[in-house]
This record gives sequence, structure tokens and C-alpha cells, in this order.
Amino acid sequence: MTAELTAEPSAPPETAMTAGQPATPSRWHAVCRYGDLTPERGACAIVEGAQVAIFRTFDGALHAVGNLDPFSGAQVISRGIQGTRGGAPVVASPMYKDVFDLRTGRCADDPAVALPVYAIRRAAGDRVEVAVPDGHRQ
Amino acid sequence: MRVVVVGHGPTGHRLVEALRSRDGGGACRITVIGEETRPAYDRVALTSYLTEDADLAYPPHDGEVEMVTGDPVAGIDRAARTVRTASGREVGYDALVLATGSAPFVPPVPGRDLPGVFVYRTIEDLDALRDHCRNLTMSRQSVEGIVVGGGLLGLEAARALQNLDVETHVVEVAPWLMPRQLDEGGGAMLRRHIEALGMNVHAGTPMAGLEPGADGAVARVALADGSAVEAGVVVFSAGVRPRDELARACGLEVGERGGIVVDASCRTSDPAVWAVGECALVGGQVYGLVAPCFSMAEVVADRLLALAGGGDSAARFEGADLSTKLKLMGVDVASFGDPFAGPEQGALDVTYTDPVAGVYKRLVVSDDARTLLGGVLVGDASSYPTLRAFIGAELPGSPEQALFGGTEAAGGDLPGATVICSCNNVSAEHIRCAIRDEGLTELAAVKGCTRAGSTCGSCTPLVKKLLDAELTAAGVEVSKALCEHFEHSRAELFDVVRVTGITTFTQLIDAHGRGRGCDICKPVVASILASLGNGHILEGEQAALQDTNDHFLANMQKNGTYSVVPRIPGGEITPEKLIVIGEVARDHGLYTKITGGQRIDLFGARVEELPEIWRRLVEAGFESGHAYGKSLRTVKSCVGSTWCRYGVQDSVAMAIRLELRYRGLRAPHKLKSAVSGCARECAEAQSKDFGIIATEQGWNLYLAGNGGMRPRHADLFASDLSDAELVRYIDRFLMFYIRTADRLQRTASWLEALDGGLDYLREVIVEDRLGLCAELDAAMERHVASYSDEWRATLDDPDKLRRFVSFVNAPDVPDPSIAFEPERDQIKPVLVAGPRLEVAAR
Ligand SMILES: Cc1cc2nc3c(=O)[nH]c(=O)nc-3n(C[C@H](O)[C@H](O)[C@H](O)COP(=O)(O)OP(=O)(O)OC[C@H]3O[C@@H](n4cnc5c(N)ncnc54)[C@H](O)[C@@H]3O)c2cc1C
Repeated sequence: MTAELTAEPSAPPETAMTAGQPATPSRWHAVCRYGDLTPERGACAIVEGAQVAIFRTFDGALHAVGNLDPFSGAQVISRGIQGTRGGAPVVASPMYKDVFDLRTGRCADDPAVALPVYAIRRAAGDRVEVAVPDGHRQ
Repeated sequence: MRVVVVGHGPTGHRLVEALRSRDGGGACRITVIGEETRPAYDRVALTSYLTEDADLAYPPHDGEVEMVTGDPVAGIDRAARTVRTASGREVGYDALVLATGSAPFVPPVPGRDLPGVFVYRTIEDLDALRDHCRNLTMSRQSVEGIVVGGGLLGLEAARALQNLDVETHVVEVAPWLMPRQLDEGGGAMLRRHIEALGMNVHAGTPMAGLEPGADGAVARVALADGSAVEAGVVVFSAGVRPRDELARACGLEVGERGGIVVDASCRTSDPAVWAVGECALVGGQVYGLVAPCFSMAEVVADRLLALAGGGDSAARFEGADLSTKLKLMGVDVASFGDPFAGPEQGALDVTYTDPVAGVYKRLVVSDDARTLLGGVLVGDASSYPTLRAFIGAELPGSPEQALFGGTEAAGGDLPGATVICSCNNVSAEHIRCAIRDEGLTELAAVKGCTRAGSTCGSCTPLVKKLLDAELTAAGVEVSKALCEHFEHSRAELFDVVRVTGITTFTQLIDAHGRGRGCDICKPVVASILASLGNGHILEGEQAALQDTNDHFLANMQKNGTYSVVPRIPGGEITPEKLIVIGEVARDHGLYTKITGGQRIDLFGARVEELPEIWRRLVEAGFESGHAYGKSLRTVKSCVGSTWCRYGVQDSVAMAIRLELRYRGLRAPHKLKSAVSGCARECAEAQSKDFGIIATEQGWNLYLAGNGGMRPRHADLFASDLSDAELVRYIDRFLMFYIRTADRLQRTASWLEALDGGLDYLREVIVEDRLGLCAELDAAMERHVASYSDEWRATLDDPDKLRRFVSFVNAPDVPDPSIAFEPERDQIKPVLVAGPRLEVAAR
């Protein structure tokens, strides 16, 4: 999903997706300040037990995907290099360099594999907030 | 038709393979009878059985071929057309092929049968030799050994003996080494190389006899000049004699000096009997190289199939190219064509000697200086494959050009009939057709399809050139573009950054690229910016460009934890520092392992632990070892002249000096180095990007070696350098490489791809042909002056430290997914999640 730069509090989004399943509505969690995020470099937040990789792209947009690299089983996606592929914002897993689309979570070279995508927004007070659907709480 | 093949060496094997591959209808029923206990193996690579434990076995024949091993043929009854083996087996034949090869020649000197005396021909010979040397080295302080014979095989055996920790002497009757291939100048230069490897050469000295010691085994070799050499092991490699005893006994014609006489179709005086390989005397000559042996096998296969099918074959053995290359690590020697042709044959020669680099080259050309007749290369045989391909053909330029530029001319414009691979007799045209018709794009596929380059491998560079030329012609442009964001190669980007003075990725991609980069171009640009001296690698925007290893200044392992390697220059470390490493590892529960680069790797650190680990290491005087970077890793060393009885220079001091000079230097790929204190080469310098071996006079510098997936021995770049010269050449080599190499190109493949190769590199670095040296020197001085420890700089900067947490929203929480279990008293990672491939909805 694309970033939401709205500052107003709103209902938890309907759009958080994982493996194509509509997410159960959830609660927003503040994870850090927008200014704490280095552009084009990820950070990881732990939200209700789930590890979420957060990215601030060059144009200022925010993305949140699962931190677990499905190819290696390690929680490392947030430490990958962020860039673009054919215009789409992507991250390359630092483990075996598999590339994932930050908007859809899909692996660019193996569309059968995807990371869960989480809702993320820039909220009031420059807070960055993430929502994790029920199925992902741990 | 019943075909019996006697002898299962390389030739016998090739014959059977050729028959089977072309005999679809099963016209020949084949029985192979071999004397050795095992089926045929690659005798050419025999030495690698000793040095690398290589498996030499050839692929087995298919089940249709009846195989007998370990049972030599003892007699032939030509009238009855049967052979009888030592165990009494009798086999009838319609066609009999003798492929009995040859046996080592041991001159009739007193003591030749003593224990401790060996030949070097079969796997069993090598096993016995190795066992004997092991027993000696275990029971004695030092062991000396002698190889009798300074030819191709003798030198190969001598180097192998040295590998078995034997102080090795080579005794050659002729006045110089490799007398059958080299002229006097080449022989003299070769001697210097062999001596630089730490072997002793006694040329022009016949042997008087072998003398036993108290234990009855050989202890001494007396030379004809009255001197003697102590030797607990002696290897005879004084030539071979064809094994024609079976042929002789059954009345077949044999040559005066041995060899079964055959005509050009390889048929003996009995039309039902053929002889191929080293046992055959064809056109008055016995061939001791595998390529002509294979050609004979192919000829006979053709003839036999024609006979069996009632047809006709005109296949003939037409003589062979006797070009050879010495297979000795670190010593380049090649001779090709007729290197001895002189004015009587209307030949001229062009000779070049560079005593500093240890290079001797001689080309023999026709008296109009246009046709290449032969030549000798010592010290640098990089142009061997090309020059050999031009034998008998018109040279593309002057002989001098051929001497220096050797390889440049080749590739696309080689005449089609030129034999590229003489081992398998594959022509340039054959290779081109295969590439075109089969649509081949990979070197491995070309080798597999044509067999070119699959035996001795010396023609591989040429096969690659042909492939590249074909691909280019077919419009399969090999793009130099780094990735979708930059059209440039790494070297081009380097120049762009250098010339424009750009200092950030954003400036560069805005002006010269598109998009926002990726995991390919970002680290490349980061490395270029670092090489050009743009501050700490985690400063400002640069931080986002780094690969995770550079970003966390540590190496990511499979479970997402990191390993930490402090620098231990030259592998020298005090007990106090060792204790600190131990304490840090113990307190953080890290797995510790000694690396191949003489340092210590600490595994299993979580991101948030890294700063504390570094702080303790830095306080104890350590700094980052850059194990995570595409940069200098270690300069390994042996203990050197300070302690070692054999050392001739202080290798440790030099290794430390070099490691401290080049630490932190960012490059297209990692850089490894080593310094050995004497020619025994305990530091394995010849497998490094830059390796240094001490000589009595100074240092020999070897460049562009490589371990890893495709090992390559480094080339001797310059000899007997002073400390200052050594450092200057390495400075320039590294900076030139950093400027011009492709992404992730190690120095080995960089040098192989460099037009003009090693000679060109010498011109650039030593003679300053490009007028670049001052700039390269200045760049290195800048690097040295601006170096600072990346760990310390990170510890000193709270802003950089912020990133060292597992979770932005819970800095004190360790990653719960990281778990370990014990193994051999240390930790090992357990992946809680395990690889989990989720299927996305369609
Ligand atoms: C260490 C070493 C390195 C070499 N390096 C090179 C190189 O770099 N380049 C190159 O071109 N060549 C090289 N050679 C030479 C090459 O190995 C020979 O040219 C090749 O082995 C010849 O093959 P062949 O089958 O004719 O003979 P052989 O290899 O000698 O095989 C003959 C076989 O016949 C068997 N035999 C003999 N008599 C009988 C009998 N009565 N009954 C049954 N079996 C019998 C023998 O036991 C043997 O197994 C090297 C050789 C050695 C030893």
C-alpha cells in the first residue's frame, strides 16, 4: 500500500493485507518519530509481537512490511537496501538479495512469495504509526 | 568384430570412448585389458593427486565394454589371434590395439634399487612416495630429496616433493633445465625461477651412484663431479621408454630405440594389430604428450569402425604440435612450434630478456619475419595460447608486437583451420560453428560441446575470446551497464565521480542515472565515494547506500546476528589482547573461530550488542578489521626471519606495515594479501591479490592471485624489490585496480580481462606509460593520511549509534526471534521461524 501522510487520527485501516487476506481491523501504534527514520534506510518496530520493517523513501512516503525474510527465515528485511525497480519502491533483503515491492510485499523475482504489508501513517506530532491486523499479533 | 585393447591409460580410454560414441549399431565388441588395478585416469593431472588429493578417474565406459583390470597381458598369439593374461585368461580378437604407453626410464646407476628410490608415473608410485616422505619427515628434523631429471616431468615432480616438506634438489645431466624445450637463455631464466621457489639445481652434472645409509635405504647421491648430496628420497624422472615388450615378443617390428613401428594409420606390421599412444613409433617418432596420443586413438577408432562396417577410412595421423607448458605453480614456461630452428632452416629469432621481472621470451620466425615458427616463453607465458595458435601462420603484426601484445591480436580473426585445443584437436572453425549452431553463450557450454579446453586448459582464454567475438558478431552485446539505474560500468562511474567531484549519491543519480538506485548500484557508489576520500562511510546520505554489513560494520550471519572481527595486523597479537578477545566473547556469549586470515571471528552478536563489544575491543587497542567491507581484509604472514631458521626477511614486520597502510581502503571487491619470509611460502602469498615472498635480496611481488571459487595463482610481477619499491608498486597496483575494475571483480579476473595483461600492468606501474603514477601515488597518500577507525568514529557519534537497536520502538528489547543452542561447548544459531514461503493471493 502507499503511504498515508495524513495527520488526523482516523479509524484503523481496512487495507492492511497479508497474503491477500483482508485484515481484521486493528489499532494504530505509535512506533517512532518521522524524523528518526533515515531516508532510504529501514528500521524495525515490534508491534503486538510482530516485527514490522518500516521504510521512509526518498520522496518522503512511508511503507511497512513484515521483517521476516521468507527465503532465509531471519528477521532482517528492515536492514536491506531500499531503492526502486522500474519506478516501484523496493527493498532487497540483505540475506540473499531477494527484492520485494514495498507497496504490495510481493517478491519481484518470485511473485508467489510475498511479505505481509501493514498500514502505516504519519500522524499528529510527527509520530509514525503502524497497525497490525489480529492474525499477525504474536 | 571383436576388438581387444591392451592397456587402459589415457590413450586406451580415449580409443574406447571414441569407438563407443560413434558405434551406434554396436559393430565392435570391445574388451579392455589393463595392468593397473584401477581403470584409466588422467595421468596428465597426476601431480594434483598429491597436492590436492584430486580424483583423477575418467568417466567409466558404458556397460557394453568388457573391462579387465589388474591383469596384464602376458603374451600374444598372432596366428591364433588371441591374447593371454598373466592370470591365464585367454581372449580372442579380430583387431588388437596395443595402448601400453611407456615406463619411466631409470638409468643403470649403482644403488637404483635401494629403498627410498621412486619413479613418478602411476597413482601407486605417488602413494608410495608420499608414505615414504611422511615417514621421513616424522622421524627427522629435515629431509632432503633429489629428483633426477630437470625436464617437464622432473620439475613437476620436484615441486610435488617440495610440497611433501622435502628440501629438494634437481639433478640434470644437460647444461640447463628443460633442455628438450628451452634454449640456453630460457634455461638460465628458468633456473632462477626454480631456485626462487627454494629448490636447488645441479645442471650439467651426471650422477655417479646412489649410496645407502645405515638403515639400508638411500642416503646420498654421488655426482660425477665428486660432490655428493644427502638424500632420503630419490625420484627418477629421466625420461620414458615405450612399452613395446609384448610387441617384441610376438615378432612385431619395433624401432631401434624402442617403440612399436606403425604407419600413418597406426597399423603395425601385422594388419590385425594396431598401436596407439606413447608405445607407438609413428613416422620415426615416439610422442610423449597426451595430445598426439589422443589423435592416434581417434585415427584408429575411425579405421576400426570403417572395417567393422565394411567401409573405408582415410584417417591418418599427421604428426603433432609439440607445444608444451610447464604445469608448475608460479613458474610460467612454455615452448611451442620449433623453438630450435636456426639460420640453417632460414629462421630468425627475436629475443627479449627482462632480468628484473625474470622474463625471457624468444620467437622464431621465417626469414621474412612474417611467419611464426616457434618460440620459448619463460616467466610470463600469458601469450602462449595465442602464439601457439599462430604457428605456421602469418603474424598479424611485427614479431616484436607479437612478443609483447601476444594475446591482443587473437580471437575473431584467427584462421578457421587453426588448432585452438591441441589436446582434443579442435579448430577455431569447429568452435565457431558450435557456438553459432548450438546457440552457446557460456564458456562452460562451449567446453562441454567441443571438448576444447577440457584437458589441459591452456587454451581456455582463447576459447573465451572466440566466444566473445562470436557473441559480439551475433549482436549479443554484453551490456556494461551496472543496473537499471546507471548505463555506466563501475570504472566509468568512478571516472565520472572523480572528474565531476560529485560527493553524494543523489547528485550522481540525478545527473547521470535514473530512479533511486538499488542494492547493486548503491554499494558501488558508496565504495567509489569512499575510495575518493569522502569521509566516514556512515556519514549523512552515505549511510543509506551501504550494504547491511557496511551499515553495521559487522558481518551478517544466517540468523540475522552479526560477527565481529577485530584487526590483528599480520596475525601478530599479544597475550593481553588475546585475553580481552576471550573475555568479550565469554561475556557476550559469542561463538569464536580462528579465520583463514589469521584473526579471530566472534559470532552471534545482536545489533544492539555491537557498540558495547567494539567499545571494549577499542579500549584494549583493537580497531575494526573491515571483515565486512569490500576492502583490505588481512595481510597474512609467516613468522619470518626473526624466529624461523629458514626465513630470509622479516615477513611479520612487512605484513604489519602493509596491513596498516592499506587498512580501510575501499575497493571493487575484498582484497587479501600475505607475506612469506622465504620461498617455502608458508603464508600462501601466491593465492592472494597481492602476495609478497622474501628473497635474499629483497621481495618478490606476486599480483592477482585468488583462492575462492576459481583459484588462480598470482603472477610474478617484479623480483628482488626494496621495501620502498615494493610499497610503491603495491600502492599503484591497488589504486589502478580500484579505478578501473568492474563491480565485484577480484584482481584476478580484472588482470585477466586487462588488455595487454601483466606486461601492460608493468608498463603502467613501473614505466608510467599512462603518466598516471603521480596521481595514483597521491591517491594512496590521501587514503593513508585520512584513515580512521570506523568503530571508534561510530562510538564517538551518538547519532550513528542510534541505529544499533533491534527495535526503534523498544530499544532495550532484544530480538526474540534470535535463539541459540549449544554445540561443542559453544553456541550455534537456531532459526525459530525457519524459511517460510508464503503464497500470495492471485
Ligand atoms: C606426472 C606426469 C605429468 C604429465 N604431464 C603432461 C602434460 O602436462 N601434458 C601432456 O601432454 N602429457 C603429460 N604427461 C604425459 C601423459 O601422461 C602421457 O602422454 C599419457 O599418459 C600417454 O597415455 P598412454 O595411454 O599412451 O600411456 P600410459 O599412460 O602409460 O598408459 C598405458 C597403460 O597401459 C598399461 N599397460 C602396459 N602394458 C600392459 C600390458 N601388457 N597389459 C595391460 N596393460 C598394460 C599401463 O599399466 C598403463 O596403465 C604427463 C605424464 C606424467 C607421468
